[in-house]
Amino acid sequence: MRVLRRNAWVIGLAGFLVLLLVLTKVIQPTFGASGLESLARTVLPFAFATAAMTVVVIAGGIDLSVASVMAVAGVTSASLMAQWGVGGTIPAVLVTLAAGAAMGAVNGGLIVLTRVPDIVVTLAMMYVWRGVALLILKGPGGTATQWLRDLTLGYVPPTGWLPNAVAVLVVALAVIWWPLSRSRLGLRIYAIGSDATAAFRSGVAIGPTRIAAYAIGGVFAAMGGLSLTLATGVGEPIPGPYLMAAVAAVVLGGVALTGGVGGLIGPIIAVFILRLVRLDLTLLSVDPNVTTIIEGTIMAVVVMIGGIVALRGKRA
Amino acid sequence: MSASVETGGGGLLRLIRDYPILPLLVLLAVLVLVFHLGPGQVTPFWLANTIKFAVPLAMLAACQNLTMYTGGIDLSAASVATIASFVMATQVPLIGAGPAILLALVPAVLMGLLNGFGIGICRVHPLIMTMGTGLIGIGCLQVYQRFTIATGSEIPAFIEWLGTGLTWGIPNALVLFVPFAAFIIWMQTRTGFGRLLYAVGANENAARLSGLRPWQLYLALYTLSALIAGITGLLYVGLIKAPSLSLVEPRLLPAVAAAVIGGTSIFGGRGSYSGTIVGALILQVLTSLLTVVQIDEGLRGIIFGGIIVVVAAVYIRLTDSRG
Repeated sequence: MRVLRRNAWVIGLAGFLVLLLVLTKVIQPTFGASGLESLARTVLPFAFATAAMTVVVIAGGIDLSVASVMAVAGVTSASLMAQWGVGGTIPAVLVTLAAGAAMGAVNGGLIVLTRVPDIVVTLAMMYVWRGVALLILKGPGGTATQWLRDLTLGYVPPTGWLPNAVAVLVVALAVIWWPLSRSRLGLRIYAIGSDATAAFRSGVAIGPTRIAAYAIGGVFAAMGGLSLTLATGVGEPIPGPYLMAAVAAVVLGGVALTGGVGGLIGPIIAVFILRLVRLDLTLLSVDPNVTTIIEGTIMAVVVMIGGIVALRGKRA
Repeated sequence: MSASVETGGGGLLRLIRDYPILPLLVLLAVLVLVFHLGPGQVTPFWLANTIKFAVPLAMLAACQNLTMYTGGIDLSAASVATIASFVMATQVPLIGAGPAILLALVPAVLMGLLNGFGIGICRVHPLIMTMGTGLIGIGCLQVYQRFTIATGSEIPAFIEWLGTGLTWGIPNALVLFVPFAAFIIWMQTRTGFGRLLYAVGANENAARLSGLRPWQLYLALYTLSALIAGITGLLYVGLIKAPSLSLVEPRLLPAVAAAVIGGTSIFGGRGSYSGTIVGALILQVLTSLLTVVQIDEGLRGIIFGGIIVVVAAVYIRLTDSRG
């Protein structure tokens, strides 16, 4: 029953996304492949931030430091690519991803070792990682290798309409998420998020699983930071507005904040929806400030309706 | 209050468990001492300045402290405070100081009611609900701002007196804060409302079965929290003297940290406002210390975050019955 309902939500979201795309075409008849391509590029860092948050939330936690981890990854990749040159691009990417995993593991490790609530630890680590980013680069700097930047530009050759950014996103997420969700570790992550005590009694090592979930989240956040560097061509040490957007997309995507429920597809569709709503409102020449109001309202209304529906279900 | 713990341990350990504020006071004293012996100098002026900035932080932390008792959090507090300060400053030239102050608290109460409705009746997670209303509120403020560019802004002399003034070297902000803190502590420990906050946080089902209607409590709690945030905003603009659209935002997470360092459990049911006040003072002294040393901004962030984790960890070790 729960599986059915979860899928229903994702299918509903996908339908809504298609509806929004049609609506965008109606508002702006010239909206086509190039519009889709620029939308996909702006979505990229948001989508990776959302993926990072999703894994952690499924494991029953939350990561308030996600934007700061992205900033560290962004400046790391930019300064490494500047130092090592074009030939060192792939090592630079690998080091950045490893750094992301390490930062996530530190977050998770501190939560497990100190037994301080995750909100508090990641709140404190938000300051710490922001500080680390500023130590690496005082201001925007470094470079991004051109061929790597080209990967997120344009279209997948045979189609001519599918943006490369979407392909990069799908491949990057699938390479980690698909094997994970079918592995024992993935099952354990869902288990500790659903009921930590029951998972513990069933023999799941809570601590290592939690650390692993944060580390995987860290890798996704590092991908987000990398995508930021690729988008702008420089590393930016000041964290962007990705925390709130990621939480909103996770909730809209059908992942319960209490953990153990949901998948990665829903939140990713939700990111596209939220960005597309913003684009549509801009196309309708709505005041960008009103757009902020509408975004907040969507987020609040969706979760309120979700809450009432859940209550009805319980009573019935 | 800390749960009474019957597990053994030495006399000192039991003392700390019964009065969890003691180690915090020690930490505060150590920090002040480090500041005095090291880079800075403890002068009456420095003390007054530290208290002036700690007061709005402690008031904003009251919002977190109160909502955390029930296992919640109020992330809209900074937006509410910013809105109240901005609305007041822009309305003073139009309708005068008194009506402007009252008008400024209207959006605060509305946002609090909305939070309470979402959390108490629709059962939305407080983190999400207050984050959402905060976004909506700031969006509305940005729209409002464009209608008031022509009117200019003005901060009433009384608010400025309260925010920055000193009387015989003592910050006037204490005129507001001492009764406020006394009221909050009295409410938490001596009134039915305060006890219910702890009760809901400790076990909501038990509280419900005892005849409580949680939605009424949440509605009252979040409205109270928003009202406190609104008043904090008025005080803070009196201190900073420059209303802006992001006035209080940088103080939100330090306020959460102050409540946590002060021993409030984010899961509910445990904490005290006196601890939160000491937590706010600790953070303010720490900020002052890190500013005087003139170390790199990045390193400052690392130390700031590191201390929050360490204090919270030590605190949990000291007071947790499971430890």
